[in-house]
Amino acid sequence: MPHQALISTRKGLFELEQDKGAWRITNSNFLGEPVSMSLYDRRDGTLYAALNLGHFGVKMHRRDPGSSMWTEIAVPTYPTQPEDRKGDPFPWKLKMIWSLECGGPDQPGVLWAGTLPGGLFRSNDRGNSWQLVESLWNVTERTEWFGGGYDEPGIHSICVDPRDSKRILIGISSGGVWVSDDDGISWTVRTSGMRADYMPPEQAEQPQSQDPHRIVQCPSMPDALWCQHHNGIWRTTDYAAKWERLKPQAADTSDFGFAVAVHPQDPDRAWFVPAGADQRRVPVNAALSVTRTRDGGKSFEVLRNGLPQEHCYDLIYRHGLALADDGENLLMGSTSGNVWASTNGGDAWQEVSSCLPPIYAIQFV
Amino acid sequence: MAKLVFTQQLRRFTDVPEVETAATDLRAALEDAYRINPQLRGYIQDEQGHLRQHVVVFINGKRLRDRTQLNDAISATSMVYVLQALSGG
Repeated sequence: MPHQALISTRKGLFELEQDKGAWRITNSNFLGEPVSMSLYDRRDGTLYAALNLGHFGVKMHRRDPGSSMWTEIAVPTYPTQPEDRKGDPFPWKLKMIWSLECGGPDQPGVLWAGTLPGGLFRSNDRGNSWQLVESLWNVTERTEWFGGGYDEPGIHSICVDPRDSKRILIGISSGGVWVSDDDGISWTVRTSGMRADYMPPEQAEQPQSQDPHRIVQCPSMPDALWCQHHNGIWRTTDYAAKWERLKPQAADTSDFGFAVAVHPQDPDRAWFVPAGADQRRVPVNAALSVTRTRDGGKSFEVLRNGLPQEHCYDLIYRHGLALADDGENLLMGSTSGNVWASTNGGDAWQEVSSCLPPIYAIQFV
Repeated sequence: MAKLVFTQQLRRFTDVPEVETAATDLRAALEDAYRINPQLRGYIQDEQGHLRQHVVVFINGKRLRDRTQLNDAISATSMVYVLQALSGG
């Protein structure tokens, strides 16, 4: 079975297929329209696309398995903003769908959507209707959340525990890491060990100060999660009870970046795409690299084979790095519309395309 | 009857009716259009009922300023254009 992939971009959703080892673009959808996120539901073969139309707002579309037609479905909407909440830092208006995930295999039709300005939504019916998870929206800390990446706070990572679909962990830029053990009824914040040096010293360890850029969970050992944070790289092996900071030591790399991927079977193996620094969001020395650890972050390798090594200014966004179930095939897409693939865990890369629109998200189907 | 005309740019997403309405303010006129095509509402207004940031409305050639209440008066001879702004593209 050849690999397939989805690439969500500033100007459409592209489908790719790996044919005799080489990737090729097989289809485009919503050409010209911003697609902020897409999702392939492995439980039933459905595709979902979240559009962020410049003039007409956020829209959701669904394509049923075997069909070539997209159908517009419901979009998450915030409730009417009450008079006594008019002072909230951000209006109760959907700005963007930043993350889409399936519920567990025991929850057919359940979808989760993470949005700007910070609301988590759930659908129980394949996106025909959505409900705001009010228990999270109403946590008192929410008024302290702030924009990270965008003006409004947003949920970019949703990890549904493969052992128990009622256990959900989310990452918020900027609002920390939140966990629910009861299907979203109640939430606790879990950022112990994280640090935000970009804040005043007395706020550096506060949960709401933490800006996790992306969090991924190891499917075979779900207590192990990796986080690319605004302030560096962290990992946990106890389901976020404690986060440990890890730092690549090589002189020509960095612990700043956005994307992270974790091996599906080996929780010690993870990939990152370093950018120079917060204040210079381009590859270190204008040479693109991927950092990989195979020992839980004790050491990091810097992988460059096949990636541009001079005058490269590509940035890989949070959802721009994807790893296949085999733990070997990788895809990486940049803000400059370049796509690279690796078939050997990042040891070598090949260019797939150099002329796509700016890439928001990439995922294997 | 006032006439309500929507940008044809919307046709790639949804049906775009041309509406004749006896409504006396903009919000009521828009509701007449939404009765014909309910899907249109989410393209024009956000969930708080406000005009979307990058949608513009002209009533008798005058650009709408109040984007929240949408209670500008219209009359039987009014021409109302609902267009996409040049911003937001």
